[in-house]
Formats: sequence, C-alpha cells, structure tokens
Amino acid sequence: MTETPLLDVRNLTIDLPRGADRPHAVEDLTFTLEPGEILCVVGESGSGKSMTAHAVMGLLPKAVTVSSGEIRHQGTNVFSLPEREQRALRGGRIAMIFQEPMTALNPLMRVGDQIDEVLRYHTTLNRAARRARVVELLASVGLPEPDHLRRSYPFRLSGGQRQRVMIAMALAVEPDILIADEPTTALDVTTQKQILELIQDIQAKRRMGVMFITHDFGVVAEIAHRVAVMQRGRIVEIGTAEEVLNRPQHPYTRQLIAAVPHLIEHREDFTRARQPVLTAEKVCKTFHLGGGFFTPGRKVVAGDDLSLTIHQGETVGLVGESGSGKSTLGRSIVGLIKPDSGKILFEGVDLLSLSRPAFRPYRRHVQMVFQDPYASLNPRHTVGDIITQGPVAFGEDRRKALDKAKALLSLVGLDASAAERFPHEFSGGQRQRISIARALALEPKLLVADEPVSALDVSVQAQVLDLLEDLRHRLNLSMLFITHDLRIAAQICDTIAVMQKGRIVEIGPAKEVFGNPQHSYTRTLLDAIPGKGWTIPEDVIPVTRRSAALRNSA
Amino acid sequence: MTAAAIAPARKGSGFWGAFARNKGAVIGLAFLTLIVLMAAFADVLYPDSPWDMTAMPFQPPLSEDALLGSDTLGRDIAAGIAHGARVSLLIGLTSTAVAVLIGVFLGAVSGFYGGRVDDLVMRFTELFQTIPNFVLAVVLVAIFTPSLTSIVLAIAIVSWPPLARLARGEFMSLRSREFVHAAVTTGQSNMTIIWRQILPNSLSPIIVSASLMVATAILLESSLSFLGLGDPNLMSWGYMVGAARTVIRQAWWMSFFPGIAILLTVLALNLVGEGLNDALNPKLARKGRS
Repeated sequence: MTETPLLDVRNLTIDLPRGADRPHAVEDLTFTLEPGEILCVVGESGSGKSMTAHAVMGLLPKAVTVSSGEIRHQGTNVFSLPEREQRALRGGRIAMIFQEPMTALNPLMRVGDQIDEVLRYHTTLNRAARRARVVELLASVGLPEPDHLRRSYPFRLSGGQRQRVMIAMALAVEPDILIADEPTTALDVTTQKQILELIQDIQAKRRMGVMFITHDFGVVAEIAHRVAVMQRGRIVEIGTAEEVLNRPQHPYTRQLIAAVPHLIEHREDFTRARQPVLTAEKVCKTFHLGGGFFTPGRKVVAGDDLSLTIHQGETVGLVGESGSGKSTLGRSIVGLIKPDSGKILFEGVDLLSLSRPAFRPYRRHVQMVFQDPYASLNPRHTVGDIITQGPVAFGEDRRKALDKAKALLSLVGLDASAAERFPHEFSGGQRQRISIARALALEPKLLVADEPVSALDVSVQAQVLDLLEDLRHRLNLSMLFITHDLRIAAQICDTIAVMQKGRIVEIGPAKEVFGNPQHSYTRTLLDAIPGKGWTIPEDVIPVTRRSAALRNSA
Repeated sequence: MTAAAIAPARKGSGFWGAFARNKGAVIGLAFLTLIVLMAAFADVLYPDSPWDMTAMPFQPPLSEDALLGSDTLGRDIAAGIAHGARVSLLIGLTSTAVAVLIGVFLGAVSGFYGGRVDDLVMRFTELFQTIPNFVLAVVLVAIFTPSLTSIVLAIAIVSWPPLARLARGEFMSLRSREFVHAAVTTGQSNMTIIWRQILPNSLSPIIVSASLMVATAILLESSLSFLGLGDPNLMSWGYMVGAARTVIRQAWWMSFFPGIAILLTVLALNLVGEGLNDALNPKLARKGRS
C-alpha cells in the first residue's frame, strides 16, 4: 500500500455529552478508504456508524465533540485545516447521500435548481454551462427525460427517483469520496437493487472511494469490497468482503450474520386439511385522495378483487412493495378500514355485513401487531394498563386481567415487573414483545402482523420472529404476516400471497412461490433480494434459533 | 440514529428541570405567586372595602394614608389593586376554564369523528371566528347586563374557537396513531378511546395555550371594565384605569399603577405559558438540546 489512502481515519474518538448511555460515540476508530473501493460499515442502530460519517462530513451535533484522533484526506489532517478550507473540502471533495430521500430535498425548489445551486457555489461555470451539466448529471444517474425532469418539484418524483437526484447532486462537484448513509433503507427492494447498481456503476467509472453505511448484510454482500463491523462505537472486525462474509472471526459479526434472514424452506409443508379461519372474498377498496368541489381527486386502488384463505394454524405471508395494498387488506380484516365491496368471512360469518355492536364480539378473535413499536403503545399508560385494556373492555375483572398480563409478559420473554413500567423504558424489540402480549391478551384466533419487525435491528428481528413462530405453535394461532421483505416471509410463512398494485398476482405454498415463481413480478422481487448470491457460512447458523429467543437481550 | 439514542438519557431532569431551565418562566411564576398571595390576603392587607373613601382625593403616591395615592373620590389605589387582583384572576381563570371545556369538547368530537360532524362543528367555530372578539364580548355583556357571570360567559364564548381548532388538530393526528388503532382493535369504546387514549396525549399543547389564554382573558376583562362594562359591585383594574383616564394629566398615578398591575400579570402569565411549553413540548423547544 504505497499509495496514500483517500481517507485515513486514525484513532478517532468522539465524546458524547455527559449523561448519555456511554462516554464515547465512537472510540479509537482506525480505518482507511482507498480510491476505487467500497467500504461497507455495518452495525446496529446506536453502534456509531452514522456518527463516524457525520464526523468526516463535519456534521456532528454541537453537544458531541471529537476528543482525539485525526481524519486525513489524501494525507492532510482535516482537523488541522482552517474552518473555511474544511468546508471547501467537505463540499468539494467529499459528498454525502442520506437515508431519507423524502426529506433530504427541499420541497419548494425544482430539482434542477437544487443541483444548479451546488454548481454555483463550487464551480465557475456560467448559466448555460451549468444547465447543460445539470442535464448531463441527471442523465448519468439514469433518470428519464432529464431536460424535462429538471423542472419538476421533488413531490412529483418517486422515492427511488429522489435518491437518484440526491446522487446526481452529490456527483455535481465530482467528489473523490462518496459517503452513503443507509441510502436504500427507505426504498423498496426492486428500487434498492437499481440504486445499488447505480452506485456501483458510478463508483467504478469515476474510481471514487465509497463509504457505505448499512445494517443489512444482504446489501453488504451485494456491493462491498471491504467491510468494517461496528459494535458500541468500536470496529470489532475489518477485512475484505470475502473474509468477513464467509469466514467471520469476531463473535459479534457471527451473531449478526446468523441473524440475517435467509431464503430457506425450513418447515414441513403445511397440510391444508384443517379448517379455514378467515376467508377474504373479492375484497375491493379504492381511496379517493384530494379533490374539491370542482376538481376530481386522485383515485388509488388499494384492493382489487382480493381473495385469500387462512386456515387454522397457518401463517399466510402477504408480500409486496410499498403501496401495493397489503396493509389495506390487513386493516380491513381487523376492521380498521371498511372495504367498498367483498366479504370477509370469519368462521363463516361475514364481518363486513355486521353492524358495529354486532361486530364487536368478533374483534377479540382477530388481533393485530403493528409496525412501529414506538407509535403503537400509548406513552402515558403503563405496560400493565396497555395489556389489560382489551380484556377489561370485554368485561374482565381488572385484577384478574393484570395477573394474566403478567403471565403473558413472561410468555413473550419479559419480566412480570414490566407491567408497572412505561413504554419509553423499553427498547424497540421489547416494545414489540409488549405489543404482541397486548394482542394475545384477548386470546385471538387470528393474528394480523403488519410489518412487525421492519423497524427493528437484524438481531432483534430474528428474536421477535422466533417468538412469533414459537407462539403460533404453542397457541395454535393462525397468522397473516404482512412484510415487504421476502427473506423474512420465506422464514416464517406457510403460504405466500404476492401483491402488486392492489392485486394478488400469485398465491401458493411458500415452497412453490419461492422455488418456482409463476408470475413475472414475483420473479422480479426474488431477483431483487440483496445478497442472494451469498450463502451464509454453515458454521454460523445456530443449531436452534429458539435458544436465541430465550436469551432475549432485545 | 445515534443522536436518537442519546436523547432519552438527557431527558431525565423531568418536568421541573425543563421548566426551570427557562429563567423567564421562573420569574413569571414567582411574580404570579405574589399576585395570588396578594389576592388571597387582600382582606387582611386592606380590610375595608376598596370603594370606601379613606383619604383625601388626589393624594399623590407615598402620602401618609395612601401608599400609591388616592383617586378622584379619595379611594386608596393600593387597596383597589389588591382587591382588583381577585377579580382579574377569578375572571381570567374561570372564563378560561369554561372556554377550555367548550373548546376541547367541540374540538375532540370534531377531530375524532371527522367527516360530516367535523364540517358542522368547524363551520360553527368559523361563525364565531369571523366576528371580532371584543365587539362580540361587549355586545354580550351589554345584553345580559354586566355581572361577574355574564362577563365570564362573554369572555369564554369569544375565546373558545382557537382551543377548539387546536384540540381538533391534536385529535386528528392522534386518531391515526397506531396506539389508537390498537385500542380500536382491542374493542375499546369510542368514549374510552377519547377519554383515556387520546385526551391525555393531547393535553400538553392545550395546557400551554390555556395558560396564555388566562392572560388574554384578564386583558379582555380590563378592557370591558375600562368601557364601564365591568361588574359594578367589584373593584377591578380595568375599571380603575377607565375611571382615571379623564384626569390622567393631573393624577398619573391613578391609571399608572393599575395599568402596571395588568401589564405585569399578563407578562407573568405569558412567561409561565412559555415555560410550560418548553417543559411539556420538549420537541418544540426553541433551543436545540441535542
């Protein structure tokens, strides 16, 4: 390694303000980034991976300070430069793209003008030259009709298109380092695949160094040349992608890799002989958005002739990209949304034909676990209250309900004393366990789980999935499992229904849908799964995943 | 992501910690306490009725029998201020309480049920919003003859619309939160959901704007009394300013001291309101506390 590395971080330590959960955000961090290299920084939330990126970009919040170490850019220590040169370096040589393309663009400015602004500050090009450059940049990130698109406002673009605009903006000044902070986490799998390809393509063409922050080992397998694994502010393992992915050394890396959901047919095929618990027949739902007295609103078809059956003890997976209508169907089943037409039969009774009071007794049989564990628990109620409210509403004695709640808490792997505490005292994974306990308190026959693990870290994800899997066997539950992640669906579901634009395009046993997909959209989805070329090394797959659930460090 | 991990640890200082961080709020609270004490002990400090003539008319401040001077009929200004504090606080608090009841009830119903109900309630609210507040209050008091009850009601009737809109907004956004959906799916009744799930979570901004509304109510009452529409049996700051306005060149103190009392009370309430805002809505706090 005679060449000076593009970026050389040495012994970097960043202090957190006093009173935080640990003294340093990152501690004694040393790594390099070579030209033409993609370095993936992997870790769970709170591991300090974003903090590292922000330190390089000079974006650290005020309360957080760099206490020691240096960041060298092509040999010069960034911290020793005067403020103005630091800024020039950060704007000109290092560029960053963010996780959330929805908020990273100014909603009131045309996208072309936003790129133009960057050029105006960092180049001496005149107006006409800048315009040509904007069009060229938009074309280079694969956006259609760049000359037309230049004049659009961000709200007219899709998430993937916005992320492309962000990348175009980052490329405007021809940086030699691109820092990407979870740029594909908010995107659908198919879009994610395209963006990853784009980043790889640009990186190879321009010989940029890319520091790619992610929590997803699938993405790592897809693009990384080298990998750094971070845990609680320290790099625990760093090496080439081949080494880290296939021969992980550090126990934490092994633990993370073991938690990655993978496509496997792990279960005996579900036998269809049992009774159907719930049948949806030709459910349709159209949302009308906006519109006033004179202008007709936009129509969004979220459900078009949806039919599926859930048998007793069966887990049906509903997969699809955002906006495909999978949540609408889930919410229609629990009675949060009233479909326009169709039938939802629960043990033979059409729930949609029932009046409010007549429907109420059925509520307890169909319960829901929500996506966001931070929004789904009332912050002002104790956990005990949250779990007992349902049974109390159905006339159960409060004291008895509380005893049952405590039993449920230990069933989902929490301490019974949790009942007296408030939701904010728990982590995301623990909250999701509480949410599951609440749903189980009514002894439902069917559980609708709407993306129950998508807000959680991989290792916690695995634990919650194990819990759900365990519970459904123990309590003989039927489950409708809604997810956008096919890997998770493959792990937990007996039957898979693939949704696209409000329609179920393919439905069948998991083994068949994954092994021999019939519909082209299913094939596209399967093809877009990140890291499918990588098989998790045999020796890190835990013998029983159940043991992880019992440890419950969530 | 990392920043979010730090935040909860720093939040430990609790309600009073957050409140006390705003120095203005502490000063406001201290001053407000003084005014409340003054109102509570008005009968001890000035046992006689504030309407009694206890000194020579037109006594300047710091004279022997009247600390802050006397008015055109020889009534003690200091006694008037002490007793006036009762009226101001009483009217400020009760009218705000009534306004909160009306506003939150209508806002809650409107925000929770949405659709037609929402349209109806909001058009009704707009009806009140289009009429200038003060004029409506004057008309109401004039029709129902000035008395404590009519003044409280008039002020409440002109003050509830902003609260209704605020409560509606809170209810609408909380209505679509997942914990409310969860309450629906676990079979809780609408009343339980409104009362136990949504209301406690929407209370912070309502408390904050109610605290500011007390200040506006005091101002409204003063303005009404200034115009001679106060309760004729009760000494109030607005009445004192109004009665003294004709002699302001000869006897500045007659309108100056009650005016200062109004100013300081309203200022104190505003400061407290802002402190409450910082303490109850930490996310909206103006200074970043990353």
